[in-house]
Amino acid sequence: MSQTVPPAGLALHVALRGMAGGAVLLLAVLAGVILGETPLPWATVHAALANNLWGAGLPVDAIDQGIIWSYRVPRTLVAAACGAGLALAGVVLQALVRNALADPYLLGVSAGASTGAVAVTILGIGAGAIGISGGAFLGAALAFGLVAALARAAGGGPAQMVLAGIAGSQLFNALTSFFIAKSANAEQARGIIFWLLGNLSGVRWPDVTLAVPVAIIGLCVCLWHMRALDAFTFGADAASSLGIAVRRVQIVLIGAVTLMTATMVSLVGSIGFVGLVIPHAARLLVGPRHGRLLPAAALAGAVFLIAADVASRMLIPGQVVPIGVVTALVGAPGFALILIRGRGRT
Amino acid sequence: MRIATYNLGWASGGRPIVEGITLEVKSGETLGLIGPNGSGKSTLLRLLAGIAPRPQGHVTLEGEDLRRMKRRDIARRIAFVEQQADTAEALRVRDAVALGRTPWLSPLAPFGAADAAICAKALAHVGMAQMADRSWSTLSGGERQRVHIARALAQRPQVMLLDEPTNHLDIHHQLALLRLISDLPVTVVIALHDLNQAMGCDRLAVMEGGRLAAIGPPAEVLTQTRLGRIFRVGGRALHDPTDGATQFRFHCLEDPL
Repeated sequence: MSQTVPPAGLALHVALRGMAGGAVLLLAVLAGVILGETPLPWATVHAALANNLWGAGLPVDAIDQGIIWSYRVPRTLVAAACGAGLALAGVVLQALVRNALADPYLLGVSAGASTGAVAVTILGIGAGAIGISGGAFLGAALAFGLVAALARAAGGGPAQMVLAGIAGSQLFNALTSFFIAKSANAEQARGIIFWLLGNLSGVRWPDVTLAVPVAIIGLCVCLWHMRALDAFTFGADAASSLGIAVRRVQIVLIGAVTLMTATMVSLVGSIGFVGLVIPHAARLLVGPRHGRLLPAAALAGAVFLIAADVASRMLIPGQVVPIGVVTALVGAPGFALILIRGRGRT
Repeated sequence: MRIATYNLGWASGGRPIVEGITLEVKSGETLGLIGPNGSGKSTLLRLLAGIAPRPQGHVTLEGEDLRRMKRRDIARRIAFVEQQADTAEALRVRDAVALGRTPWLSPLAPFGAADAAICAKALAHVGMAQMADRSWSTLSGGERQRVHIARALAQRPQVMLLDEPTNHLDIHHQLALLRLISDLPVTVVIALHDLNQAMGCDRLAVMEGGRLAAIGPPAEVLTQTRLGRIFRVGGRALHDPTDGATQFRFHCLEDPL
């Protein structure tokens, strides 16, 4: 970034990297569509995609066509959008809070979104007016507001933020459990708990039209503020003296994080570790500057969650393991590595 | 660039930390801020930089109120080097200095060759040119401080605010830094603990309990009475016959002379 590259060379550089990233994402999506409980040959997948995308009229079994176009394609696209959105949320929170442990899960944003979504689903609070996603957004915003206020009252440091986040997560998880215990019947409770662990089984095309634009808008908002995020390296005061309108940037970026987290949680449940581990992995690969880190984390998050979704479908034949379980099984050792590495650095 | 304050103050939890500061620093002047621990030097610098929230009174830059200016426009004029700003990121020295270009860049005007040249020059100024690719975590305290100063220089400011910049530096780098600052054609406000180093400033402002106790040329400000009352030390002025400079030799007031 700070090497002397002439503007034309820089543009070419960025374009090449963008194309390479797009190719990786495309391959991951194709793999997500091909792999599954019933592996489908490439010819069938190609025919089904060609028929739906440009009306090729190739002969395909109607059931296969249905599995591919109505089930696997939207599921894979939503997995990619969720992975990208959660990873971006993690990158932004870690930069703003200046704590390596910050992510939407730990700071209570995911828990708030779950509570909001459950309140709408079970209690029917404002169900007609705001829907599940709206409920999740309000819950997430409320949770983050409470956590931020508590952290501020406790002294406002990065450590206080994480402690407040833990308190907030516990509170909102307890509220979710309370709503389920109080109002849900056994069938509802089972469904909700399965959803809370992260589940892409119910995803259809309308979910794609929500998740993908939110992830793209989120990425654009974050990229627009990449210099501001860099400026937070030495803290909010340093950012301010580098000309960043700290309060405005915080509000815009926290808004974007809340929107992304709430959308993803309302669609697929609360998936942990993506927002925590992927940003650190991306940092190891491309360094801490956000101009590279943001696209790299979005791409890595998308590919990771597609892979986790495929694994969740294939791990136990005939049964879908909640995706949150898969990400935690991979994420917990990843997290352990970050902790050990962090110890070596200080 | 002239920076002035009128009745400037700041309170935390209802307790005044700094109050009633009215002063003016002329264009190109170096004002030294001295005072015991907790006398409000750092807070005054934060107020001058316009980053302390909800200040009382106001700060003007060439007569323009800081609160009416955009953060970016302030950052193009004022650079602030805090005490002990640290990061856990695996940032390279080059990238830390490049942060200084932030107020001059936008999504449509990205970091270019001219910015890289300014950063390289800033690094050379603090004697860190050969360390551009070192990682932040491998730097010593003094090296980090010099990178912060290079970052501030890369901002190309007209006013530099420095909070005890010679902390952590060895004696060579302390003297080199003070000379660098006095050679810069900018207005400088610098908080210093070493009163002998402060003697090199154009004027000194003495802080005591959040208030401005005195301001003026070093020889007029550092009187025996003031040293005793504010700093609780005695000082004997010694003259160096080679250049006529005055240095103090301090002793605790309790010590027998």
